[in-house]
Amino acid sequence: MVIHAELLIKLQRNLQDAVVSANFSRAAYGLWWLVRQSLLPILLVVSLSGCATMSPVAPSELPHKIDSGQQADTLYQRLGGRVVLEQLVDNFVKGIAADKQVLPYFAKSNVTRFRLMFIEHLCEVSDGPCRYQGDSMRDIHTGMHINEADFNRVVELLVIAMEQTKISYPLQNQLLARLAPLRNGIIGI
Amino acid sequence: MLILPHINPRLSQLKPLLVLSCLWFLLLSNQSLAGGKILGTPGIAQFEGAGGGGLVPWAQLAGYATADEVGVSGACSHADVRDFRLNTCALQLNFFDRLELSYASHDFDVLPLDLLLEQNIAGVKVRLFGDVVYSTMPQVSLGVQHKTLQTDAVAFALGAEDNSGTDVYLAASKLHLGAVFGYNLLWNVTGRYTEANEAGLLGFGGPQHSAAVQWEGSLAVLLNKHIAVGVEYRQKPDNLGLDEHDWHDVFIAWFPNKHISVTAAYIDLGTIAQVQDQTGWYVSLMGYY
Repeated sequence: MVIHAELLIKLQRNLQDAVVSANFSRAAYGLWWLVRQSLLPILLVVSLSGCATMSPVAPSELPHKIDSGQQADTLYQRLGGRVVLEQLVDNFVKGIAADKQVLPYFAKSNVTRFRLMFIEHLCEVSDGPCRYQGDSMRDIHTGMHINEADFNRVVELLVIAMEQTKISYPLQNQLLARLAPLRNGIIGI
Repeated sequence: MLILPHINPRLSQLKPLLVLSCLWFLLLSNQSLAGGKILGTPGIAQFEGAGGGGLVPWAQLAGYATADEVGVSGACSHADVRDFRLNTCALQLNFFDRLELSYASHDFDVLPLDLLLEQNIAGVKVRLFGDVVYSTMPQVSLGVQHKTLQTDAVAFALGAEDNSGTDVYLAASKLHLGAVFGYNLLWNVTGRYTEANEAGLLGFGGPQHSAAVQWEGSLAVLLNKHIAVGVEYRQKPDNLGLDEHDWHDVFIAWFPNKHISVTAAYIDLGTIAQVQDQTGWYVSLMGYY
């Protein structure tokens, strides 16, 4: 593959000697090289994610097969529906309760309400059959002055809770991607 | 199996600037120390000292410091291709995820000539805007690397014009959560204005003087929260007319926790000073505090 790449570089060089703009074509080659080489990690990922779907992490796979009368799977279904989200939030609450760094932010929270509202919120952002009816992120977090480090710690606790709930890594990332835009209504206010 | 990078004695020759920064760092160290970022997201240190991939400086600043934290990190790396070896050690200070100061020293072994070339690089990088994980826009940073080649006889013999030079680069970087079949994808593009030959190891400028913006890029996928695999590309000028090649690598990086990372790469440095087919291995060990 390397020899092949070298040959291509040489060919490219010969061509570009004739052309004026050397830099651009080399950059284009580099970009193409990147894309070509990145097929390797992508193939790895595909084969791994193939394994992940076949792995016995069934709790997050089973329930949607039962109630999936609809067309495409939603993230909510792939996560395993309400049962899994409840387990996730329970694990998350336990994690927060044991964490000195972020527990103070939750000192005035009503745990029962937080639990319910967070389940609803996760259900909604993962396209589940729920409508989050709690306060806006901005209303809840205004005056809390949450900094980046503490925000990131909460993200880490959520990741740990997802691991405890046996949610696969790709599904963890997809859920985080849905939650990431909420950050602006949470930190530094 | 890993070749331990030898600790470079010339790191002790720190410039006054760096000493001052260390003092500043100590003064600020009653601030929270780094640790606020998510594992792996700052990447490692590139061989010229800046936070980045192994080859390309990224928009991320080195280490795990967030807006309220300061961080210090250090890395040593060893690159081994057919006729050359490069040992580097570097130190980075990260102030509030806004300013990065770095210092690197290079020992470059030219095996066919049994010759050692030495270079120092002082770097500054400022995060202009964005957050690599959370902003819609990429994170963008502006950086400068001032390089001084101490062993300059070879460079001048080959036609280099100078034994020191300054690179200026602009880097943009973004992590896309769950973008590739649920896996996180990180890309970085860097444009660098440079006159350096072989990153400065063969001096600066030359008869084919072609200083211009060179393009560099990295693409990585996180296989899980501890392991990233990816590729890098770095375009280079050919000021000396010695068929200087662009550089490529394929890497795997392991982040067991926020205090250490280990990276290995297959590197293809092409032709160096008309010696062809310089491919080989790179390992890097980095510590963060």
